[in-house]
Amino acid sequence: MSCRSVVLLFPLLSFWPAFGAELGISAQIEFNRDVRPLLADNCFACHGPDAANRKAKLRLDVREAALAKEAFSPGKPAESELVVRIHSQDKDEMMPPPDSLKKLSARDKAVLARWIAQGAEYQNHWAYEPPVKAAIPAGANAIDTLVARRLITVGMKPSPEADRRTLIRRLTSDLIGLPPTPAEVAAFMADATPDAYSRLVDRLLADPRYGERMAVGWLDLVRFADTIGYHSDNPRNVWPYRDWVIQSFNTNKRFDRFTLEQIAGDLLPGASVETRVGSAFNRLLLSTEEGGAQPKDYEARMMADRVRAIGTAWLGQTTGCAQCHDHKFDPFTTRDFYSLGAFFADVKEPLVGRREEGMPVTTPEQTARIAELREAVAAARKNVAALATHIDGAQAAWEANQQASTSASKNDLPREVSAALKKVATKRTAKDQQTVKVYFRAQVSSVARGELDRLAEAERAQQAFVDGVPHCLVTESAAVARTVRVLPRGNWMDETGEIVKPALPAYLPQPDFAGRALTRLDLGLWLVARENPLTARVFANRLWKQFFGTALSRVPSDLGAQGEPPPNGPLLDWLACEFMDTGWDVKQLVRVIVTSTTYRQVSTATPTQLAADPDNREYARQGRPRFEAEGVRDAALAVGGLLSPQIGGPSVKPYQPDRYWENLNFPPRDYVVDRGDAQYRRGLYVWWQRSFLHPSLLAFDAPSREECVAERNRSNLPQQALVLLNDPTYVEAARALAARIVSEGGGSTAPRLTFAWDRALQRAPRAEEVRTATGLLDEHLRLYRADPEAASALLATGDLPLPVVLSAEARAELAAWTHVARVLLNLHEFITRE
Amino acid sequence: MNPLPPDWQNTFNAYNAALTRRQFFRQTGSGLGVAALSALLGQRALGAVAAPNASAAATLTTAMTEPWKIAPKAKRAIYISLIGAPSQLDLFDYKPALQGRFKEDLKGWLAGQGERLTGMTANQAAFPLAPTTFKFAQHGQGGMWLSELLPNIAKMADDLCFIRSMKTDAINHEPANQLVYTGSMQNGKASMGSWLSYGLGTLNKDLPSFVVLHAKHTSPFSNVQAISSRLWGSGYLEGRHAGVSFRSQGEPVLYLNDAPGIPRELRRKMLDGLGELNRRSYEQIGDPEIQTRTQQYELAFRMQTSVPELADMSGESPATYELYGEEARTRGSFASSALMARRLVERGVRFVQIFHRGWDQHGSLPRDIASQSKDVDRACYGLVQDLKQRGMLDETLVIWGGEFGRTVYSQGALTETNYGRDHHPRCFTIWMAGGGVKGGVVHGETDEMSYNIVKDPVHVRDLHATILHLLGIDHERLSFKFQGLDQRLTGVVPASVVKAILA
Repeated sequence: MSCRSVVLLFPLLSFWPAFGAELGISAQIEFNRDVRPLLADNCFACHGPDAANRKAKLRLDVREAALAKEAFSPGKPAESELVVRIHSQDKDEMMPPPDSLKKLSARDKAVLARWIAQGAEYQNHWAYEPPVKAAIPAGANAIDTLVARRLITVGMKPSPEADRRTLIRRLTSDLIGLPPTPAEVAAFMADATPDAYSRLVDRLLADPRYGERMAVGWLDLVRFADTIGYHSDNPRNVWPYRDWVIQSFNTNKRFDRFTLEQIAGDLLPGASVETRVGSAFNRLLLSTEEGGAQPKDYEARMMADRVRAIGTAWLGQTTGCAQCHDHKFDPFTTRDFYSLGAFFADVKEPLVGRREEGMPVTTPEQTARIAELREAVAAARKNVAALATHIDGAQAAWEANQQASTSASKNDLPREVSAALKKVATKRTAKDQQTVKVYFRAQVSSVARGELDRLAEAERAQQAFVDGVPHCLVTESAAVARTVRVLPRGNWMDETGEIVKPALPAYLPQPDFAGRALTRLDLGLWLVARENPLTARVFANRLWKQFFGTALSRVPSDLGAQGEPPPNGPLLDWLACEFMDTGWDVKQLVRVIVTSTTYRQVSTATPTQLAADPDNREYARQGRPRFEAEGVRDAALAVGGLLSPQIGGPSVKPYQPDRYWENLNFPPRDYVVDRGDAQYRRGLYVWWQRSFLHPSLLAFDAPSREECVAERNRSNLPQQALVLLNDPTYVEAARALAARIVSEGGGSTAPRLTFAWDRALQRAPRAEEVRTATGLLDEHLRLYRADPEAASALLATGDLPLPVVLSAEARAELAAWTHVARVLLNLHEFITRE
Repeated sequence: MNPLPPDWQNTFNAYNAALTRRQFFRQTGSGLGVAALSALLGQRALGAVAAPNASAAATLTTAMTEPWKIAPKAKRAIYISLIGAPSQLDLFDYKPALQGRFKEDLKGWLAGQGERLTGMTANQAAFPLAPTTFKFAQHGQGGMWLSELLPNIAKMADDLCFIRSMKTDAINHEPANQLVYTGSMQNGKASMGSWLSYGLGTLNKDLPSFVVLHAKHTSPFSNVQAISSRLWGSGYLEGRHAGVSFRSQGEPVLYLNDAPGIPRELRRKMLDGLGELNRRSYEQIGDPEIQTRTQQYELAFRMQTSVPELADMSGESPATYELYGEEARTRGSFASSALMARRLVERGVRFVQIFHRGWDQHGSLPRDIASQSKDVDRACYGLVQDLKQRGMLDETLVIWGGEFGRTVYSQGALTETNYGRDHHPRCFTIWMAGGGVKGGVVHGETDEMSYNIVKDPVHVRDLHATILHLLGIDHERLSFKFQGLDQRLTGVVPASVVKAILA
């Protein structure tokens, strides 16, 4: 370091403590919380894990390496090159350099200097350390204890418990994804027993719709969709996997088992239809049928797609960067990337082209029936074989007869048969013999024909039954795996890279495999090994977000250096440990969260809370997230009384604007709307066309599922208004709700409004709401009385039939109430989890 | 719950504006590119009515200073996307010397090029050189060589800037289209138009800032590529930045039309009632999202007026149809889409993209490219001239191009009159006009086979950098943090603005 720099810096450094305090910097700097994010964002791109692009051979992510290059002198900020550089105004000297477009604030600089002053200690990255379970006083709720500890530190107070109506609405929405019925709300409000709440939780966890609710987030993570994604975006068979996810949550399959079946359900000892359907996970990626697409290109894409999926869904690591270069912020190398990809090199699949039908997904009864049918085929074949000698004799006689007979009758034979018969038996080719044989058996011999018909019928019956059984793409392991090379700069045309075998990321704890060849089973087991510091944290973090609206570590897909060290690290760690301690019991973890006092707080924020914690990172209150796309649809269908209770089955096609698929080709497709019950299925069953997702789901931020998504946007857009106002699904739901209001809500306006509010919002309307709604009702009634055609047109929206006989007045009334119902379905409150 | 005490209520109200902004800031790592949004939202929150003309609103947004903003040459852009990849050899890249080499087998020559061929021609026994069957002539003051297929476009050669040295990384349609329109062959990225919406905001808050039009192709023979909504999607950016498709049949915007049996006056009353109820719950709860929701309903209501007005072309003069051609009267035709594009940018839509499919001439190229060219030629001329006549061309960037080029050798059999061409990523031609680019210019050059670039290569990401530059954006500074990375349209590989073509 030059003397000049020291002199220049001196005045600044002499102010240090006061300077820092003014900027609100903690007295004790913590590397993971305060320093790593700064270094990662501003320095690691050139001075981090990526060796190939490292500048000046300096790395700042490893203390010893930084010290070796004299980047700083612990305890002596004024003599530290790093401090000089970040304060320099000299373009050639300053860090970060101007062309990086990165800039440290005065506060950032003060943090770094204070950190060096305090000894420049490093910590291992928080998420790579094993989670530690905090000691909780006996009898205390761990979540509440740990949240309270944070709140004391930051000087905040928790909020009161929400009222009972809010609680049952919140729980029902969070656990089964639907609004409660008025009866359920009334029962809960009247239940004075001390365990009323926990019994409600138990009831909802046992409800089969719990699995549907939980599946939505998982299906985003694994990019489940009904179509292949690229180019022609044709359908493929995967919906049984969706049902497998639902059932797994419903039966509370241990999460470690849930993981294993997806990654290696085909390799598990005792692999069954169920575990193999789980292994469809490996087939959910995008594929192409584009003419001229290069297999090597798609081989590389598909491998990368799988590595990203493991990174997003289990590890919370952004692995995608390492397809081309070592990760710039995390210790994930290119070699790690391709070695992780190599686990999947045994997955049998066409690299380009149509996916296969998949495995028949059968129940035990269906399996037995298929066995029966197979036996019938075998029996019929045996009969044919047994008759063979007899028939051969008959054929010889018939041939002799034919050859002896007049030419006229021979002309009735097909040309190739008569041609064959003209030859002497010894001169006939194999083809000739076959021709004659087939003809004789099919057309001449009644005995043969009968047996052959029976065989054909048995085969047809077997095929028809198998065709009628659902099929699912599943993982099958090829005897010889594809060779995986590190692709230099991700270039699939460059085949000079090193060949790699399946291996776990080197920077994470792992057993000594003693050079044994690893399989997907090893990968699955490692993901859920107690020693893996990431999987349980990643899952718990996402689950927390589902129940509070914001995650403990802000970015659920990234627990690396560019993610966020959780403000309440002990809480995330406790949840992760608890999850593993209970044997990866998902329902138990959900129960622990939703029975906490923290979960039961009100979601209205006081001005103080808003000012101190606008994003609700400290959980001194509940969040108020808008329903997800599927939840919006489900709520409307439910309060309209239209929702189909069916769980599982092939995806369905609700109303969709004409020609929405006009840009699809190979082949062009018509969207055929489902009729009947299929029209009213929950949102998670809607046909997921990746290139053109249903516009109503899209408007509410449902992802196209081309990539794994751990977190949806929650936007607030005019398209959402247009969908709720004009999509026939929502008009029809309003119409159905109106019909119930009129028939079940009593004879006059006041009780009907009470009924309507109760159905839609599970509360009574307030006096001013009654006024507004009554005004609207009267105006609409006036207009529809004067314009019966408008009433009829409105009431004709959607498939739902009207009562057979309806007077003009009744139509006007129903139309007017449809508008009141529409108002309810369009309220912000209606689509918000409070 | 009881309403809040009045003093709390005031604090709430004051806080809400700040909170809404903060929520936007939270979405982005750098804080860049969001100022336009928050200003727009603030503008909406004030309940300002629609700016009567685009320029007033423009002053509003351009007055703001964002670190990525540079002086814009253009305020808006129209991208004419020819899906399937038009043949540069038959339209723009004149190679007279090839005429004498008809049917020469290029098999040996190709082997030396080190290029992987697509699965469609890699196994051909021979690779016969196919000179174009179309005549080229010189046009404009610069004597630019252009094919007879585009006689009207040729008439305005002096307005156009051709880049004959475009190149891409992809050899198949799907990845190539993704690269051109989203900057990456990977999924989940934000499209070019959504970046512009994110970075520049809107000029007319009653209309989306990014509109997509799908023009029909008339040839019954065309090899029509499928396209996906990801080409105009918002990827990791907020949904509001996604391109909104204006449809040529049925309602112009999805779900725009009121459900049957809902007279407009009732619609307004219902909206007022809804607003009233939402307002009351806002007063009780103080959640700013409730207010935003009400604003979205109002915006949707205004779109119900502004969009049909836009779609109604009955006020266009005969002179306009003279320019674009009579097909402009047929909804959904390319000509009609071009005219619609002008109407959209005139009203302040930032970015209009017209997709015209059917340019994938693997076989019967002479027949099919003629019909494709006929679809677009007159209206492209009409559009540029119309913009010019209205004094808008200077501030409107028009871009015309496909996703890659086509091969000099014939795919399938070659005869005197018929041939096909396979995909070719190493060179292709696009043109631009208006908004800050030089007219009458040819940039870049290919070798005698139109196979390799020999001068001034322009990668797709350089084109992106240039388009952003012309629209007043430093492509290195406009970013959005996602997956731990400052994502940019031009990605992480260095890209540069093509300075030579800037006016």
